[in-house]
Amino acid sequence: MSKTNKNPKKGIEKSQLKRRDFLQKSSIAVLSSFLGADIIHAATMPEGYVPFALQADFNPMDGKSKDMIVRNEKPWNVEAVPHLLNDPVTPFPNIFIRNNGIIPEDIDSSIWTLTISGESVKAEKTYTLEALKKNFKHYSYQLVLECGGNGRAGFYPPASGNQWEEGAVYCSEWTGIRLKDLLADVGINSDAVYVGYYGKDKHLSGDESKVVISRGVPISKALQDETLLAWALNGEDIPLQHGYPLRLVCGGYPASASGKWLNKLVIRNKVHDGEKMMGDSYRVPKYPVAPGEKVPDEDMKIIESMPVKSLIAYPKSGAMFGRNKTLKVQGHAWAGENEVREMEVSIDFGATWKKCILKKPNNRLAWQQWSVELSFPETGYYEVWAKATDDQGISQPMVIPGWNPKGYLNNACHRIAVKVS
Amino acid sequence: MKKSSEEKSEKRESKKSLQSIQRLGKPFLGIFAASILLIALVLLISFLTDINSDVNSNNSDPNSEIPEGPLSIENLEIKDGKDVETGLLAGEGLTLVKANCTACHSSALILQNRFNRETWKSKIEWMQETQGLWDLGVSEPIILDYLAENYAPEEFRGRRKPLENIEWYSLED
Repeated sequence: MSKTNKNPKKGIEKSQLKRRDFLQKSSIAVLSSFLGADIIHAATMPEGYVPFALQADFNPMDGKSKDMIVRNEKPWNVEAVPHLLNDPVTPFPNIFIRNNGIIPEDIDSSIWTLTISGESVKAEKTYTLEALKKNFKHYSYQLVLECGGNGRAGFYPPASGNQWEEGAVYCSEWTGIRLKDLLADVGINSDAVYVGYYGKDKHLSGDESKVVISRGVPISKALQDETLLAWALNGEDIPLQHGYPLRLVCGGYPASASGKWLNKLVIRNKVHDGEKMMGDSYRVPKYPVAPGEKVPDEDMKIIESMPVKSLIAYPKSGAMFGRNKTLKVQGHAWAGENEVREMEVSIDFGATWKKCILKKPNNRLAWQQWSVELSFPETGYYEVWAKATDDQGISQPMVIPGWNPKGYLNNACHRIAVKVS
Repeated sequence: MKKSSEEKSEKRESKKSLQSIQRLGKPFLGIFAASILLIALVLLISFLTDINSDVNSNNSDPNSEIPEGPLSIENLEIKDGKDVETGLLAGEGLTLVKANCTACHSSALILQNRFNRETWKSKIEWMQETQGLWDLGVSEPIILDYLAENYAPEEFRGRRKPLENIEWYSLED
C-alpha cells in the first residue's frame, strides 16, 4: 500500500492547500490556457469547482498492481486480471475500482457524520463516525463485492458501459458495525421497505447539486448480520477510492449497493428511487429476452443476489509445461446470497468434468477456495474450464447467459488456455 | 436469411435439372455429356483469352464500358443493392468480379465466404496455380478491394469467442 492510501487525509490537506492557492492566482482564462483547451462551460461552472484535469493530486492507481486494467479514467474504472486474485482475502493492490462520479478528496474523518432519515425512521438521527465506532459492537466479515456488469464484454450484441472482463470482483475483509444494530438504535417503523444511501462523490459535470449514485438494498438485506457500516478494509482505514471514511457494505449484491463515502441513509417506505435505481441501471428484464431486444422500463427488475460464479486464479492463462507435470489449478467460487456446493473443471470443453476440493466459506457471503490437480492425456492445446454449482443446484452456464440491455450478470464459466509439450 | 433461401432454391433447381438429365437414360447421357463438354471447352478457350485482355484494357480506361461478350455483363440489373443475376452486392468492381470470377464458378462460392483481403488474395493465387485462372493484371487490386469490403469476416456472433491474446509462458514449478 502506498503512503497516499495509508493516510489519505494527510495527502488531501496538502492538495487542498495547493489547489486553493492555484485558484486564487488564476482565472478561467488562465485555466483554459493551462489545460490547452477552452473551458466550454465556464459560465455554468459551479463556484469552487476545480476542473477535473487539475485534480491530479490523488491518483487512484497509486499502490495498485501494474497489471490492473484501466477501463476508464473519468470516472475511474479499473479491473484486476484473474491471476491477481489468487489470495483468499484480496489485498488492496488488486481490488477493482468502480466509480460513477468523481472521487471526493475533501474528506475530514474527524468531523464525519452519518445521518439516518427517510419516511420510515421514528426520528432523524445523526451520528459522528467516532460515535459509531464507540457505541456499537464491531464485526469483521470477508465479503464478495462484484460489479453487476462484471463480464459485460462477453455479451453480443455488445452492451454499453465499461467492458469488464473477469476482474471486477474481490473478497476482502471489512470491519465496522452491523447496520441492523444502528437501525435498532435509530428506531424504524414496520413499513420500512428499503434502505438507500447517499455519499460524497461528485458528479462528472461538476454540478454539486447532482447526485452521482444513490442505490441501496431491501430492508431484509439491510437487517442481515453481514450488512455492515464499515470503516476498515483488511484491518486499515478504507482507502479513499474504495469509500473512505465510511462505507455501506452489502456482500453478495451488485457492488453498487455498497455505497462509498457514506454520509446519509434513508429508510424508505417504498423501493428507493435514487439515482441509478431506475431505467436500465443495475436492472435486468423480468423475463428472458432475445439478444438486442428493446425492453420496456416497467418490465425491468432490480438485481439483488448475484449469480453463482467462479474464477481460475492460478495458473495465469497461457501456461506451457511438460507432459509429465501434474498441474495444480485453483481459484474461488461464490454464489451471491447462496453458498457454493460443488466445483468442477473440464479440460475437454465440458465433455467430462472433474470434481475439485472445495472449502467452506470463512463466513457467509465470503468466496470459497477450490483446487484440483490435473494431468493431461497427450501434448497439445487445452482449455481449463471452471464451473461452480450453488446450494440451490444452479450451475454456471458454459456459454454466455441470457442477454440483457446493459450486459449484467455474465456468470459464464471462466477458462484459461494451457499448452502441454 | 433471405440470401440463404435464395441459394437453396437455386440448388433445388440445379438438382431438378440434374435429375431430368439422368432420366434421359444412360446411352443418351454419354453422348450428351461428351458433346456438352466439348462445346464448353471450345467456348471457354476462345472466350477466356478475350475477356482477360478486354477487361484489363478496359480497366485502364474507366470511362469505357465492359465490352460485349458471351457473359452478358454489360447490363447489370441491380435490385435491393444486389446484382440480380449473381446475388453479388453492388459496388465498385462488381463488373470485374462477375467477368473474372463467375466465368468459371458460381457466385455462391463468394457469397458464402467471408475473408480479409489477404485471404481472398490467397484464393486467387490458388485458382491461378491449380484452376487455370488467368493473370488478373490491374483488375486484381480492384477485385480484392471489392471482395475485402463486401465479403469481410463478420463480427463473431456465437455465444462464446475463442480465447484471444494469450501470452504464452513457461510454467515453472
